[in-house]
Amino acid sequence: MFKDIGKLFLGNKKALFGLLLLTFFALVGIFAPFLAPYDPKNNRVETVTVLSEERDRSRTISREDLDESTEKRVYSQSVHTTYERITKKLPLKGKPSSEHLLGTTHSGQDIFSQLIWGTRVSLTVGLVTGLFTTLLSLCLALIAGYLGGLVDDIISLFTNVFLVIPSLPLMIVIAAYVSVRGVIPIILILGLTSWPWPTRVLRSQVVSLKNRDFIKVSKSLGEKPAYVVFREILPNMISLVMASFFSSTMAAIIGEATLEFIGLGNVSVVSWGTMLYWAQANGALLAGAWWWFLPPGICIALIGTSFALMNFAIDEISNPKLRKR
Amino acid sequence: MKYFLRKIGLLLFALFVAITLNFFIPRLMPGDPARELIDRMQGIPPESMESIRIAFGLDTKDALIVQYGKYLLNLLKGDLGISLSRFPTPVKDVLKIAIPWTLGLMGLATILSFFIGTILGIGAAWSRNKRWATLTVGTFIFIRSFPYFWLGLLFIYFFAFRMQIFPIGNAYSIYVQRGGWDFILSVLYHGFLPAATITVSSLGGWILTMRNNMINVLAEDFITVALAKGLPLRRIKNLYAAKNAILPSITSFAMSLGFVVGGGLLTEMVFAYPGVGLMLWQAVQAKDYAMMQAIFLFISIAVLIANFIADIAILLLDPRVRDGGR
Repeated sequence: MFKDIGKLFLGNKKALFGLLLLTFFALVGIFAPFLAPYDPKNNRVETVTVLSEERDRSRTISREDLDESTEKRVYSQSVHTTYERITKKLPLKGKPSSEHLLGTTHSGQDIFSQLIWGTRVSLTVGLVTGLFTTLLSLCLALIAGYLGGLVDDIISLFTNVFLVIPSLPLMIVIAAYVSVRGVIPIILILGLTSWPWPTRVLRSQVVSLKNRDFIKVSKSLGEKPAYVVFREILPNMISLVMASFFSSTMAAIIGEATLEFIGLGNVSVVSWGTMLYWAQANGALLAGAWWWFLPPGICIALIGTSFALMNFAIDEISNPKLRKR
Repeated sequence: MKYFLRKIGLLLFALFVAITLNFFIPRLMPGDPARELIDRMQGIPPESMESIRIAFGLDTKDALIVQYGKYLLNLLKGDLGISLSRFPTPVKDVLKIAIPWTLGLMGLATILSFFIGTILGIGAAWSRNKRWATLTVGTFIFIRSFPYFWLGLLFIYFFAFRMQIFPIGNAYSIYVQRGGWDFILSVLYHGFLPAATITVSSLGGWILTMRNNMINVLAEDFITVALAKGLPLRRIKNLYAAKNAILPSITSFAMSLGFVVGGGLLTEMVFAYPGVGLMLWQAVQAKDYAMMQAIFLFISIAVLIANFIADIAILLLDPRVRDGGR
């Protein structure tokens, strides 16, 4: 079974590309402290340099000039330009340059560094939530599918009910009531609202496996339920479990960004979602600061695509009809 | 019919769960946000205070079950509490203004994307080894991974800010008199970008669902027979394959509605479109809990009704369900 997965990723171009993309982001997240050129929260790098430059120049000029009135004029001029640069030009000072690859925020934080550190937070939240959701729904699916009967009816009923109740407004209401803002509440809220879909998919697979002959045989041979579930059923649905892990993780990354964008996350943590929150809160859009709100969204989309591609490949493996002929 | 009754039963139970969740969420949370809220609201009439107390479970004299009864009774009377951010307007009245905008925008965008997506999906499955099909599917998989609100930001930046083709936000121009053709034109003009955002981001889902269903149907024996008989290809594509592939697509349409509606809410927030989504955003910023909960209830009910309509559609379209099989 694990050999199959290995073959899947090496033999399928889509899967390989998706895996490489994910690996790239994972490496960026892991080595964030070494890759980020600046401290993502350090403010006013630009402001400081602008101020000192101006002050130095004004001093040298004023020292050289003998005339008192000239000195005054030069001084006031330089003060004026300094002032103008800080108040008016500073947002535009944040433009991408060789010093700041993706420019800076309005208060001078390096966006490229924020993006790198944000990768770490967003990817971690996504993967942990994905794992949490998948384990939760796998447990429910195995219990419901294997035991059947009343237990199955109850679990299936609630799965179907929570499938039709829209999860985003539910998430927002719960998150608004939770007074602690941070990464852990977000993981819990996302996990507890996104289990129904994977549970439904996994359960039907358990039910279909349970009715196969080889499972019936091992049951009639008197194998223990734990053996049947973990040694006979689970290994045969590992690709589906992986598929739901990928889609849960992708949904979690988007969900985290969404909650944080609305302002329901901890806004002092640097993640892709909070970057978008600050960009929106400071009117980056209408200041034309594309370098502020474009990169986080592109990263989310790339991660999403990498998971989608891997899922596509899994679909093709498990459903031969979908393969190219 | 039995299938249909079971579906209705499920939807009614879902309604009950949504209402009950709405009741318990404020009571189960750690801390006491509702108490803070009451403290912030000084000098409001005692009868409104009473309804807020009931809504948040601060009426500690009563047992939980009595509180629940009162909550249900208030809900039946249509009393959803008082909006804090628009004090002292009842939540009901604020919602009334927002609902038509949301229904119009999201209804139109969702139906549009379902039809376009289904047609593209049929095409992508039929000629799936052609380059355009691979390219279309690939592009929309990529777009589907965008967060809705971010695609909205992107559209605003390029089409409203850079090119200045469309307005940046709002649902109509404030310089136009309400009513009349000018107003309708203004609404359509302002609604275009948000509708496009929802349509484009949900398109990928429909394309993919329809494509995969269609490919499954195309592998069936009756298609091979039809091809062998030399029937016109168009007839096979549309009447044989697509007709059979569309039913599961409608089912998944109903199921993913909740997700699309969520995305639509975010789109409204970004475009400052005066619908339920923007209300929700404002309610979150102002910690207007009564408003948030009312919106959650409204959206749940709307999605349940949409599911109900989809079930009727399946009942009418699927002979297996219609003629009492299963």
